[in-house]
Amino acid sequence: MTQGAHLVVEKDETMAVRTSDDVVRVRQAVRARAIEAGFGIVDQTKLVTAASEIARNTVDYGGGDTLRIEIVREGTRRGVQLTFSDSGPGIADISTAMTDGCTTGSGLGLGLSGAKRLSNEFSIESSPGRGTTVTLARWKL
Amino acid sequence: MAEIPVLKIGDCLLVSIQVDMHDRLAMELQDELTNRIVADRARGVMIDISALEIVDSFIGRMLNNIAAMSRVLDAVTVVVGMRPAVAITLVELGLSLTGVRTALNVDKGLALIREAIDDPGGALGRRER
Repeated sequence: MTQGAHLVVEKDETMAVRTSDDVVRVRQAVRARAIEAGFGIVDQTKLVTAASEIARNTVDYGGGDTLRIEIVREGTRRGVQLTFSDSGPGIADISTAMTDGCTTGSGLGLGLSGAKRLSNEFSIESSPGRGTTVTLARWKL
Repeated sequence: MAEIPVLKIGDCLLVSIQVDMHDRLAMELQDELTNRIVADRARGVMIDISALEIVDSFIGRMLNNIAAMSRVLDAVTVVVGMRPAVAITLVELGLSLTGVRTALNVDKGLALIREAIDDPGGALGRRER
C-alpha cells in the first residue's frame, strides 16, 4: 500500500468457502463487488478468476473455511480485497507452492501463481499445522 | 445431463455451456462427452463457451482433457465463442490451451470441424501431430 495513504473499508462481508458450490457462489459475490467498485469487464474477469483459483485451493487443500470480501478506498482509487482463510494443514514451502506447475493434487499447478499474476497485491501466510491465509487485491486504476 | 444438454447434429456433438459450472459438473461433462463420442460415433465436438464469464484453470483443464480424449477417439474438438476478457485473463493466468482448437463462433467452428474430418491428412491434421 502507498505510504501514508489512509485505507477506508467501504463494505465488508464474510462468506463460507467449504464446497465446490461455494466456489461458484464466491465467483458471483466477487463479481458483484467488482462491479460495485466500478471495475471494467477485464478487471472483473481477472479478479473473479483469481478468486476462483484461491477458493478452490481453500476447499481442496485447506478443508475450507471463509472468505472476507472488502471494497476498499485509498485516496481516490477503489479496489476489492479478498482474504481467504482456512485452518487446514498449511503450506510448508510457500516459494515452491508459488511456482508454475507445482501441485500436490491433480490440477495444473497454476492456482497460486496464476492468481498472483491476476492480482495487483498478493500475500500468503502459512505454516504447517496452522492453516493458510491468502490476501489479494485488485485496484481500479 | 440435465444442466448441460449435449445435442447431436449429423456426426457432430454440440454443447453450449450456459451455467456457471462447479467442478463436479465440469467433470461430468467431460465423462458424458467422452461416452457420447463413442455411443453416437461422433467425428466432431463443438463446445460453445460464449456464456462463460470466466475460464479458470479447472475449466481450462477440462477443455484440454476433452480435446485430448476426443483426439484419441478419432474426433475433433473445437471450442467457440470465448469472450475477449476471458481470453486476456487465460493468458495472464498462464493457461495457453495448447491442443485445444478454437474458433470465433459456431459457424467458423463447424467449418473447422468439417475441414478436419474431410481432410484428416491435410494441414489441420498435420498441425496436430
